[in-house]
Amino acid sequence: MSEGLGLVETGARVVAQGIGPSLLLRGVRKAFADVQAVDGLDLEVARGECFGLLGPNGAGKTTTIEICEGLTAPDEGSVEVLGLNWRTGAGELRQRIGIQLQETQFPDKLTVEETLRMFRSFFKHGISVEESIKTAQLEEKRKSRVGGLSGGQKQRLAMATALVGDPELLFLDEPTTGLDPQARRHLWDLVDELKHAGRTIILTTHYMDEAERLCDRVAIMDHGKVIALGTPQQLIGTVGGEDIVEFAVGEFDDSRASSVTDSPVSGARPGAPRVEALLAIPGVHSHRVDAGLHQLSVSQLHLAVPRIFAEIAEQGLHLSEFRTHSATLEDVFVRLTGRNLRDE
Amino acid sequence: MNKLQLSSLYQLTMVRFRLFLREPEAIFWIFFFPILLAVGLGIAFRNRPADVLQVGATTVQLTQALAADKGLTATTVDEAEGTHELATGRILLLAIQRADGVAYKYDDTNPDARTARLLADRAVQAAAGRQDAVQAGNELVHETGARYIDFVVPGLLGMNLMGSAMWGLGFAIVEARQKKLLKRLVASPMPKWQYLASFLLSRLAMLIIEITFFLGFAKVAFGVPFRGSLWQLALLCLMTSLAFSGLGLLVSSRAKTMEAVSGLMNLVMLPMWILSGVFFSATRFPAVIQPVVRALPLTAAIEAMRGNMLQGTGLGQMMPQVGLLAFWFLVPFLVSLRIFRWR
Repeated sequence: MSEGLGLVETGARVVAQGIGPSLLLRGVRKAFADVQAVDGLDLEVARGECFGLLGPNGAGKTTTIEICEGLTAPDEGSVEVLGLNWRTGAGELRQRIGIQLQETQFPDKLTVEETLRMFRSFFKHGISVEESIKTAQLEEKRKSRVGGLSGGQKQRLAMATALVGDPELLFLDEPTTGLDPQARRHLWDLVDELKHAGRTIILTTHYMDEAERLCDRVAIMDHGKVIALGTPQQLIGTVGGEDIVEFAVGEFDDSRASSVTDSPVSGARPGAPRVEALLAIPGVHSHRVDAGLHQLSVSQLHLAVPRIFAEIAEQGLHLSEFRTHSATLEDVFVRLTGRNLRDE
Repeated sequence: MNKLQLSSLYQLTMVRFRLFLREPEAIFWIFFFPILLAVGLGIAFRNRPADVLQVGATTVQLTQALAADKGLTATTVDEAEGTHELATGRILLLAIQRADGVAYKYDDTNPDARTARLLADRAVQAAAGRQDAVQAGNELVHETGARYIDFVVPGLLGMNLMGSAMWGLGFAIVEARQKKLLKRLVASPMPKWQYLASFLLSRLAMLIIEITFFLGFAKVAFGVPFRGSLWQLALLCLMTSLAFSGLGLLVSSRAKTMEAVSGLMNLVMLPMWILSGVFFSATRFPAVIQPVVRALPLTAAIEAMRGNMLQGTGLGQMMPQVGLLAFWFLVPFLVSLRIFRWR
């Protein structure tokens, strides 16, 4: 093929991709029996974006992504994918998107190559089977049966089946759930690569670090609704400080264990620092208590921490525990819902 | 890689074929089990040469008279001992010398004993000088096609086609549903009809191997006759397999677990194993249930295959059976297309 033709094709691809959003949800609702899985969802994902749906199990992430994938019909609302809808454009859409589902088990007795050859045959256009094997770094396993693959390799095979059609839009439903840390990082590198190739990626996860690491924008979901939307930095910014200080106090010189049991018999009640005084310290933005542990969101940690120490000493309290960490999406979720993400 | 190999129908069919061949147990049940069964039944029901019957007599003269018949062996015993041997089944008949002639002691409900009675009396009368009024000679016939093995081979063929089609489709589909593979496939642009068609196509390919193997063995080992057209027999096998593929698809179109589909399979197949005349003629069942027996696809399949192989009946004379098989393919297939659960 000549260079000139290549250029024309690039041009055509740009036109085909269009300028509208990759995904547009308006007022989407879905109920299963007595559970409102998705409760009035509006989302817009731009072309080329890596968008994360983040939330605890049961937040409605999978239902949402399956509605986008055309596998579940919403009760209400409109779904537009690549400018098409599932009622009239299903055939074309299936050719243009790639899907990795939670917990698909490919037949154990087929080889990696045979599995991919079958999936490749469903698509009119796409990359070669060899290329998909290379992208998923399964070259050494191409003749191996699926039953003998590790969890990470199976997940990369699932990614490869989503990639053989060279999709414009890729849906990944909890791609790293159940993988060991090394396999997770391996898969993140693969997603990075796909991002740089200019594909739109929509993924769900309940891992904060995964969303922070991979996503350009994140929607935090809870009980079928989006409760926060923005870049990971923006969302972390809403916590009010870049760092979180956690501490526990006791009135007497006791071990922490007894200071948090709140037992009137021993008399070792957890201390009650005067919150107003803590909030008056420059750099301290907010305060909450969770299971006897006080949490402050703080900016300019190096200036605020000495003053927190001084204030607690002044109130005649004893610090039984003290630590700090950078604010994460986990803290965003905790601030918004009062629950930890993995409580359920 | 040529165009055929790139087509999704080809790929899906090849996947079915590979998955089948990589399952050693399935190969045993489909290829070797029917042969083992045929061998076992062939041995158990083989036609033996006419037996020589054991009889007893109370005098030496009588014993000699009886032994003169090729069909009898006789021993001399006293009456008490002979009665005991009769009771224990060592002899079939005891001939007792009386003053006024001979008395035969035997069980008239035992066909062999009745035969012994006829032979013994003939021998005794001949020894006493009776002449045959008419000269008679024998022309012996051992006809293939009338033996039990000839009867049972088409039955086993039908039973095997039923089992392989139903288990083959049912288990594979429910397993794919349980492992969420069906859901993954419909999330891809795969045409749904091709997935179901790939089962029928791979079944067809396996069918050719299966019936050639089994019928070839029956022909070589037992000399089972093939009196009808082989093409018509092949067509009957194809229709039988399609009918049971349709039923298998229907049975597995909603089931979510292996246990559920196994139960449904047995519910569908068990009545046919019993009623459809695999091992004995379906006409032995009472007239009241004959309409049910006749409506079953396996009854139609086995009748048509027996007609073809044993009597050489043409398809034209077996339209009711052929029509019934077509009905049992089309109706379950169309129903399951409507109610099939892809996730």
